[in-house]
Amino acid sequence: MTGADAAAAGLGGAPAIAPALRITGATKRFGAVLALDGVDLEVRRGQVLALLGDNGAGKSTLINCLSGVHRLDSGSIEVDGERVAISSPADARDLGIETVYQDLALFDNLSPAANFYAGRELTGPRWAPRSLRFLRRRDMSQATRDLLRRLEVTLPEFDALVGLMSGGQRQAVAVARAAAFASKIVVLDEPTAALGVRESRSVLDLILRLRNEGNAVIVISHALDHVIEIADTAVVLRRGRKVGEIVPTADNHSEIVALIVGGAA
Amino acid sequence: MTAGPLRQRADTTVDDAPAPAPPRDDAGRPTDAAPAAQADASSAPPGRYRLLEWSLWLLRMGPGLILIVLVLVINGLTPLFLTPRNLGNVLAQTAVISVLAMGQLLVILTRGVDLSVGSVVALGSVAGGLVFSRGGSGAAVILTMLAVGLGVGLINGLVYVVGRIPHPFIVTLAMLSIARGFALWLSDGRVLPGMPPAVQTIGGASLGRLPLSSLVVAGLAVAVFLLCTRMLWGRWIYAVGGNPDAARRTGIPVGRVLVSVYALSGLAAGIGAVLIAGRTDAGSPNFGTLAELDSIAAVVIGGASFLGGRGNVGNALVGALMIGVIRNALNLLNIDAFFQLIAIGVVIVVAVQSDVLRTHLEARFRVARAARS
Repeated sequence: MTGADAAAAGLGGAPAIAPALRITGATKRFGAVLALDGVDLEVRRGQVLALLGDNGAGKSTLINCLSGVHRLDSGSIEVDGERVAISSPADARDLGIETVYQDLALFDNLSPAANFYAGRELTGPRWAPRSLRFLRRRDMSQATRDLLRRLEVTLPEFDALVGLMSGGQRQAVAVARAAAFASKIVVLDEPTAALGVRESRSVLDLILRLRNEGNAVIVISHALDHVIEIADTAVVLRRGRKVGEIVPTADNHSEIVALIVGGAA
Repeated sequence: MTAGPLRQRADTTVDDAPAPAPPRDDAGRPTDAAPAAQADASSAPPGRYRLLEWSLWLLRMGPGLILIVLVLVINGLTPLFLTPRNLGNVLAQTAVISVLAMGQLLVILTRGVDLSVGSVVALGSVAGGLVFSRGGSGAAVILTMLAVGLGVGLINGLVYVVGRIPHPFIVTLAMLSIARGFALWLSDGRVLPGMPPAVQTIGGASLGRLPLSSLVVAGLAVAVFLLCTRMLWGRWIYAVGGNPDAARRTGIPVGRVLVSVYALSGLAAGIGAVLIAGRTDAGSPNFGTLAELDSIAAVVIGGASFLGGRGNVGNALVGALMIGVIRNALNLLNIDAFFQLIAIGVVIVVAVQSDVLRTHLEARFRVARAARS
């Protein structure tokens, strides 16, 4: 893919670059349920990986382990070839992993800028204890505005509360927030599930832009035509196991469906 | 009225469409620092859209407008109301509710409620009275009251958060009982007369007609305003109230934020104890009876939502003033004191109904705007 080439070129064309993310033997158990059973996957910078599977296949568990909500029972996560331990959302963010949750995790009572910087607000003065510092509201507002422009996201009045925005605009804010802070990996859980055709379109464009900027992107989606359009590769999970990895095209649509539901197996 | 970034109006729209941009007559509305890039590029909205915008604006200004109308009506009914002397009285009588309301606001912003503040006022005043009767200085008495308030608030917060009690209603209901019980026990159920001059001055003295206690309220209001709109901690209070799960996932220390709002509410009750003890020159286990309900009423009349994340200091103070004004006016008009309860109840329902209406209209507004963009 062009994005991958660009990323490789940007890194001086080194022959063997470690993937941005490598998961090996991921296993997670909830009581008697084996939610993940030795899943392996790899994503490179500038690549979009789709995570497919029916409900309960383990997709959400896998990305929750990646974003620090859950911890793997066994298996390893490597970021840029280095093994890492992710035990909290803050750990994940420090590693350059940003997640767009299915419920978006937005604060409806706050502005887009406040949402962008939630939990990592720009503050001053530096000598004061962090909790007593003042918000650098203008800086945050300007940076948010610049970023939204870069990502070509248009919002109704910039200072409007996020709760007053449409589904697509809210989704765009959540994706843009991840884009703003991701330095390596962006994970999106059902980014187009609740959106209309036009709104989906702009979110898909946003995802492609993230990829072109050199991020490794993982997308969970049930919308196969979206997956075919944006994903470079698709990993299919069924009952916690990886049952296939495939390059999704319009021609192997039914093959993918068969993998997901396990009918042809 | 506070118009911080958290309560920005949402009235202009930025579209891609390079449609001609007739300037809209939004003059006089609070649009905070919207630069030229925010130029409105939408064509003239249909009448219904404009009506929605207007109703929303009215509802958001609601508490302030209702207070102004109330003052005008009362002024028409009795010439005694709008006199410097009477206004001074109103301010002095509302000082304690106002202080409690500001603490209560912080708690309600996080989806909680603090039912213990009235009892804490009593406990603080009794503790201060005991310190004074053993020869404590003015500073010692004041510090005791503040420390009692802060301490009880801290216990509320810690029991709620660390003890994982399902709802703060339960914790603070228990504390309502416990604190009042301690106040009665420590004072033997009696009023402790006498307060040091410092306390009397803060709670009871006036600069001309202006009660000093109202300056305490104003100072506290500025502090809470800065906290809520300018400081990191205040932003986190709103975030925790708006979406606790998201707050956790973005690394905001939700537990500490929750503990802090109960501690601050307790501290506000301590300040309330200083004011009422100073005004009456006594400590009493009966102070603050039902004051927790007044403070909640003030915050709710001020448009804060029990669902959290919504409300501001200015409107909470307007709510407190409204309660004070209604009580004062009914006194001036010689209307039966029992009627005060009815009037305040009606105001609460009207205020909350307008909040419901606002939420409903905001949803419609969102749909209408999505359809236009």
